[in-house]
Amino acid sequence: MSEVVLRGFGWRHAGRRAWAVRDVDLHIAHGERVLLLGPSGAGKSTLLAALSGLLPEDSGEAEGTIEIDGLDPRKARDQVGIVFQDPQTQLVMARSGDDVAFGLENRGVPPAQIWPRVSDALDRVGFPYPITRSTAALSGGEAQRLALAGVLALRPGLLLLDEPTANLDPAGATLVRESLGSLTGTTMILVEHRVAEVLPLVDRVVVLEPGGGVRADGTPEMVFAAYGDRLADEGVWVPGFTIPPLKSASAATPELVRAEKVSVDQRLAPVCLGAGPGELLAVTGPNGAGKSTLALLLGGLLAPSGGRVRGFGDQRPPHKWRAATLTGRIGSVFQNPEHQFVTARVSDELAVGPRRLGKAPAAVAATVSDLLERLRLTKLAAANPYTLSGGEARRLSVATALATAPRLLVLDEPTFGQDRRTWIELVTLLATLRDDGHAIVAVTHDDDFVQTVADRTFALGPARRHDPLPHRRPRS
Amino acid sequence: MTLALEPIADPAAPLARRNPVAKLAAALLFSLPLIATLDPLTPALALAIELAVVPFFGLRYSTLARRAWPVLVASLGLLITMVLFSANRSGTLLLDLGPFDVTTGVLMSALGLILRLFAVAVPGVLLFATTDPTDLADALVQNAKAPARFAVGALAAFRLLPLLGAEWQMLTLARRARGIDAGHNPFAAVRLFVSTAFALLVGALRRGGRLAVAMDARGFDSGLPRTYARKQSFRTADIALIAGALVLSALALGTSITLGLFRPII
Repeated sequence: MSEVVLRGFGWRHAGRRAWAVRDVDLHIAHGERVLLLGPSGAGKSTLLAALSGLLPEDSGEAEGTIEIDGLDPRKARDQVGIVFQDPQTQLVMARSGDDVAFGLENRGVPPAQIWPRVSDALDRVGFPYPITRSTAALSGGEAQRLALAGVLALRPGLLLLDEPTANLDPAGATLVRESLGSLTGTTMILVEHRVAEVLPLVDRVVVLEPGGGVRADGTPEMVFAAYGDRLADEGVWVPGFTIPPLKSASAATPELVRAEKVSVDQRLAPVCLGAGPGELLAVTGPNGAGKSTLALLLGGLLAPSGGRVRGFGDQRPPHKWRAATLTGRIGSVFQNPEHQFVTARVSDELAVGPRRLGKAPAAVAATVSDLLERLRLTKLAAANPYTLSGGEARRLSVATALATAPRLLVLDEPTFGQDRRTWIELVTLLATLRDDGHAIVAVTHDDDFVQTVADRTFALGPARRHDPLPHRRPRS
Repeated sequence: MTLALEPIADPAAPLARRNPVAKLAAALLFSLPLIATLDPLTPALALAIELAVVPFFGLRYSTLARRAWPVLVASLGLLITMVLFSANRSGTLLLDLGPFDVTTGVLMSALGLILRLFAVAVPGVLLFATTDPTDLADALVQNAKAPARFAVGALAAFRLLPLLGAEWQMLTLARRARGIDAGHNPFAAVRLFVSTAFALLVGALRRGGRLAVAMDARGFDSGLPRTYARKQSFRTADIALIAGALVLSALALGTSITLGLFRPII
């Protein structure tokens, strides 16, 4: 187990004027389990990168000292393990056991010790498959457990976790938290959005102040009693702060679109579903049930292999409409906002849709400035969409869908991974759009979202999982 | 769009089991000399030898044909190109098409090229159909002393390849949702393709960057000598495979030289 000591530590990335993190004094004792909090931009990830020795000396400017067991983190790298958000970009090898062995090979562990340590690490995280399991066949939660095993096999004295469940659905996040809960023998620093779920895993909460310093440091009860309101306002999901429901006032009206026994081979079993104006319909269900596929079908982006989608009084199904017609009727918001960006400026991004509809330049400009205002993006009008933060990118992707004033909005996991502040903004915006007479279909895993704003829920059943790759035995 | 890159042969077949580096060396040593000749006989002989050893690699001919279909498409392209542009219009006239006369000379040149294409491609198909990428990387590092930075790095990037297919589909759908399609305009189609490809590249670079950081954090390429969890050994049978490839290659070349049909490229 390792001890961490920071004295007046600060870091400024090369070429930036502002310090990413500054004036941090912190002493973390052997075996402590710390939740690191702070509004977005407070420097949590930078601090973890510094602790893991991943900030090269020439990539910025340091201030104060940072030590792990008395050593500079760059010299103590074999003491530190870090797990990141995205399981896809942490797994290196094609087979699960090989992936855990990867770090051990890098550290020069003698071959005879590698495989016992691999099985030990897989046991510690509760990995349920044999070591030959293809890493491509794992769910997000299983892949993240494997990534954790890959780090634990190195027996780090300090374990850093940078939002390890942010990219996972609730079931996957639970898998990872269960693995973390049973860990012993390591000091742990965790950064996580969804605070309530991880509180049982930690015994201390440290809040970073944006602009520098530590705002609060103590037991969870102490910190939330004193700073809960302020943290909640800043977007942290503080436990116990509920949001009042925003349900539809109007009664259901005739349907805008109807899916009749639509199915897609291997992805979606036949379903019947309709959506009408003034209603927010939540589509829920476990992973692999075909929720996103259903969203693509309703959005006119995918041809069903069985059944049909009809809507807007058109004889032709939506997937046969020209793109311009489609975007004027149905707005789709994808799970990953970056998939939807097609220009290099936020304001251009909003102008794309209206221009495709053949709107006059003045009308386009009016739409753009109205949306920038409504979604708090005015200051970012000239920024590159790819440089936006998660919350900003999400707001922009919703704004691009609204730019063509479609009457039906189809959203895939709109609140996924958002901080509390962006979450409230999005939910309020969607409620307003619904009350203005839009039909809204949202695919979601987020129970709070369903409780707060959904007028009706459509639950898809579990699907048969199929393994995309065969299992094979490694050579011994 | 899926990318099938997994080995599909019977792993217990006598030649499939050979060390991946030996298979790679055999494939290169056997097919490289073929590039030196323009006559149709040498590649025909080579192809016959290749097809004869296919069962020893535990591969079915039908599977081989399925894997080799891009070569079929390419050879059709070659045939058309030769009919349109061949300078040599000698021999018997078979089809009178004015400037595009099809003669036996044209067909013989085309046949030579197509056979060469197949003879060079089949060993590659055999190699990848019988070799697990992880084993290849392991063997490159352990037996061919390739730098781990290169071999393991390429292997990690390779694992991300299938994601690109899914990513491409999402980008295409997202563009349609934004109101962007090419309709029947070929210029718009090219523009759309380029912009989608650019977005794919940006995403791939970011993902690659994140993967590099994660590998770095697990001590990859830190200067310590690596150990190997999976041992790859290079046996006498592997040397025999390479030697066999050399002998058979010499046999094919020797036969065409003896028969006086050998036409060197220079």
